[in-house]
Amino acid sequence: MIFPFLDTTMLLGITTSVFVGVAAGYLGSFMVLRRMALVGDALSHVALPGIALALLFNVNPFLGAFFFLFIAVVAIWAIEEKTNLPTEALVGVFFTFSLAIGVLLTPEPELLEALFGDVSDVAFFDALLAVVFSLLILSTAFWLEKDLLISTISRDLAESAKVKVKRSNLLFLLLVALVVALGVKVVGTLLMGALVILPAVAARNMALRFRGFSLLSAAFGALSAVLGGGIAAVYNLPPGPIIVLVAAAFFFVSLAFRRA
Amino acid sequence: MKESVILEVKDLYVNFRGESVLSNISFSLKKGYALAIVGPNGAGKSTLFRALLGLVPYRGTISWEKGVKIGYVPQKLAVERDLPLSVHEFLGFRGRDPEIAEAFNAVGIHDDSLRDRQLGALSGGELQRVLVAFAIMGNPDVLLFDEPVAGIDLGGEETIYNLLLRLHKEKGLTIVLISHDLDVVYRYADEVLCLNKKLVCFGRPEEALTSESLKKLYGDSALFHHTHKQI
Repeated sequence: MIFPFLDTTMLLGITTSVFVGVAAGYLGSFMVLRRMALVGDALSHVALPGIALALLFNVNPFLGAFFFLFIAVVAIWAIEEKTNLPTEALVGVFFTFSLAIGVLLTPEPELLEALFGDVSDVAFFDALLAVVFSLLILSTAFWLEKDLLISTISRDLAESAKVKVKRSNLLFLLLVALVVALGVKVVGTLLMGALVILPAVAARNMALRFRGFSLLSAAFGALSAVLGGGIAAVYNLPPGPIIVLVAAAFFFVSLAFRRA
Repeated sequence: MKESVILEVKDLYVNFRGESVLSNISFSLKKGYALAIVGPNGAGKSTLFRALLGLVPYRGTISWEKGVKIGYVPQKLAVERDLPLSVHEFLGFRGRDPEIAEAFNAVGIHDDSLRDRQLGALSGGELQRVLVAFAIMGNPDVLLFDEPVAGIDLGGEETIYNLLLRLHKEKGLTIVLISHDLDVVYRYADEVLCLNKKLVCFGRPEEALTSESLKKLYGDSALFHHTHKQI
């Protein structure tokens, strides 16, 4: 293996990255199809003020991040259902606003980690959170798969087939919020969008069916996390950016396989 | 054919952002009938469908017979050509393999390799058949069919209208279709509803589609809309 010093901390880091990578890749496959590619990216910035407040009040940053993401996601969903504005525009509003506040609030020593993550130092409890919530994300998204795909194809068709479109949209956004909050530890707020999107766009270049597409995307997510984390450990580099670079490499390689 | 009423619409009004899209629409539809809805672009035909499906807010009453199941064939899908979703996966949302095979048979798809094609890569005619298959897999009593404006290959052994007519007869399906082609209306519909934000005419095609109502519907250019194709 490429992990020369495989101790408990490393194991916790690897476990966290793999689970979050799989969950991000799988959710990403829906986001790409729903033309929400930039939503994950922008949403991840909303986590920053949450992390800042969590650090200030000494609570788990994951909880702080998720709390803010939760509010943002519910607000986006409500406005979207009311106004029919595209999700991307709405997320854009929350994003710049939150990033500005977050950078002001986050204590300087922690700012770098919040922005770019650090899997080389994962506490047991954080790893546990990542595993449990990743499994929750995967199972919920799998359960919603049919509804999400039909409503992606046509909202009218979905509603005529008795799909609860509003409900599945909200649940889906909540899952995205959850995966972004988890990803803060792995690649940080600035790069989490990449971990959601890159595996999915790479997989899309290669797959003909949704099953193949989503599995490939999840696999790319996991591989990016493990390989990136490993390379970072070997060369003593920050893991977050390396993970994203590996995911980007998968994308460029996938271009060679792109079907006409 | 039973003569019970399957749909009763009374004083239907639909507004979008303060603008009236449909006003004062009343009609009823008997079970097992084929109703065609005609009207110019922007006449509110698709909106009427969406109201019938309960997808838009409206005033007035739309009462379907109790327990009625509605199948819907939309005009088009927001599907990119390379959407990674096969026909088999799409229909799999609705049922298992035997039901898919049965639906394929019912809509006249005899080429099994179509199952493995991507939804976005189908021709207009193929996609329409797959959408009809999707709709009938829900075992509907009524089929709402929104005809695409253009770009459908009429090639092949059976036109989509013959298919609808066959389903209408074989399964006793009540059919409501939006059509842009008056020939289709004359040939396939028991009743016609002319719509131009208001109800312009309603009845049997040969009685309702008078030159006067057509003029009301399409203006003086009605003749141009009424070019006869060879079928």
